[in-house]
Amino acid sequence: MKIKYDRSACQGHNRCYMLAPELFDTDDEGYAILLVDGDIPAELEEKARLAADNCPEFAIEIEE
Amino acid sequence: MTDVRPPVADWATDFDHQHPDYAANATDIWDGLRANCPIAHTNRYGGAWFPTRHEDIAAISKDVVHFSSQGVVVTEDRPEIPAPMGYAPPITSDPPFHSIARGIMLKFFSPKAIDAWEPTIRETCRRLIANIKAKIDAGETTIDIAADYSQHIPVSVMADMLSLPREDGDLFRGFIHNIMEQAGEEPPYEESMDFYLDTHVAKRRSNLGDDLISYLCQADIEGMPLLDEHVRGTIGLLIIAGIDTTWSAIGASLWHMAQSPKDRDRWNNDPGVQPFALEELLRFYAPVTMARLIAEDIELGGCPMKAGEWTLLPFPAANRDPEAFDQADEFVIDRERNRHSAFGLGIHRCVGSNLARLEVRIAMEEWMAAFPDFELADPDAVTWSTGQVRGPRQLPVLFSS
Repeated sequence: MKIKYDRSACQGHNRCYMLAPELFDTDDEGYAILLVDGDIPAELEEKARLAADNCPEFAIEIEE
Repeated sequence: MTDVRPPVADWATDFDHQHPDYAANATDIWDGLRANCPIAHTNRYGGAWFPTRHEDIAAISKDVVHFSSQGVVVTEDRPEIPAPMGYAPPITSDPPFHSIARGIMLKFFSPKAIDAWEPTIRETCRRLIANIKAKIDAGETTIDIAADYSQHIPVSVMADMLSLPREDGDLFRGFIHNIMEQAGEEPPYEESMDFYLDTHVAKRRSNLGDDLISYLCQADIEGMPLLDEHVRGTIGLLIIAGIDTTWSAIGASLWHMAQSPKDRDRWNNDPGVQPFALEELLRFYAPVTMARLIAEDIELGGCPMKAGEWTLLPFPAANRDPEAFDQADEFVIDRERNRHSAFGLGIHRCVGSNLARLEVRIAMEEWMAAFPDFELADPDAVTWSTGQVRGPRQLPVLFSS
C-alpha cells in the first residue's frame, strides 16, 4: 500500500495528522507533510485508510 | 429586526435564513430542498441562492473566480470593499492577496502553535464548571448552560489570545450581535467594534507583548507593516468568527448529549470513541453557513446565478447530504469515515479550526467529567440563533441534587 498526497488540494484541515501522526506531520502553516515514502508498514495500513477517508478535500489517495 | 421579517411562502423561491422559522426548522428545510430543489433562491437581500447538496457547495467553495469572498455575511446592502483586503482579511480577501493575509494567520493558528493553549482553555472550563457547581450548591436547579458555560469559553480564550480584558466579553458579544444578527445596521463609530479595536491596537503598538495583536502589529508583507485597517479587520474577524461559532458548536454538542443517554454512556465509558464523536458532533451540528458574492454570471445546476447576487454556503446542509454520507440524517457516535465540511472547503478553510476543535474537545471532556449524566430542564425552552451561525442560545439544564 502507498499513499498519494496532493499538496495542492490540501487546505490544512489537519485530520490526517490527528488520525495518523505516524504517517503525517504538519508544516508551520498547518499543511500536511507525508512522512512515509514508499510502502506503508502493514500495521499502519488502517490508519492510512482512515486519513484518506477523512480528508474533506480528497487530497489523500490510497494505492493498493 | 428578525421579528418583523415577512413570512416565507415557499423555501425554494423565497427562503430567508434570518427568519425565526428557519432557526426552528433548519434541518427539515435543508432536507426538503435537497430532495426537491436542490438550489433555492430568494429575492430578499437583493437576490440570493441557497444550495443544499454537498457537491454544489463544494464546487462553489472552490470556485474563487465566479464567487468572491468580499462579502461573507448576507445583507440587504452590498459591503463597502477596501480592495484587495476586504473588510476582514483574510476571510474577505480574494486571491492573490488572500494567500498573503492567510499565511500570516496560519502560523499563529497551526496545530502545534494552538496546542500550547490547552492548559488555558482547560482552566477556563474548570472555572466555569466550579461557578455552576456553586450555583447548584446554593440550591439552583435549572441553569442555562449556554449562558453560563458554552458562551464564555471562546470569549475568554479570545480575550486571552488578544491580551484584552476577559471582562470585555460582554462588549464582544454586543459587537457580534450587531454584525451577525442585525447585519447592515451600523452603530455610531464610538460604539462600534472598529472604535474599540482602533483604541486597543494604538495602545498595543507602544507596548508590544507576545499576544496576537502584537504579532499582527509586527507582521509584514514584503517588508511593509500591515495597514491599520488590515490589523483591525483581522482582529475583528477573530472576534466575530471565533466566538459565536465555537459557542454554537459547544452548545449544540451539549444539547445533543443532554438528550442521548446512550451517547453519554458511550462517551463516558469508551474514551477511544471520543475523537470520532467530536467529529460527528461537528458534522451533525456544524454551526457555520458562509456566503459569497457572485462576481461573474454563472450557471450552476441549471440556476442562472447573476453577478451581484449572493450565494450562501450552508456547510451544515452539505454535512447531511445522503450522497456524501451514509446514514446522513443519523448521529453515529463512532462514525470513523467522516469527511465533514464544518470548517468549510477550499482556500477559505476556517483558519481557527485547530483552536475551535481544541475548545470543543476540552469543553466536552471537562463537562462530561463533571456531569456524566445531565438532561434538559425543558426541551421547548431551548432557543436557536437565526442567520448564518446556528447554535443554541438558551440551554436550560436540570440539576437535581
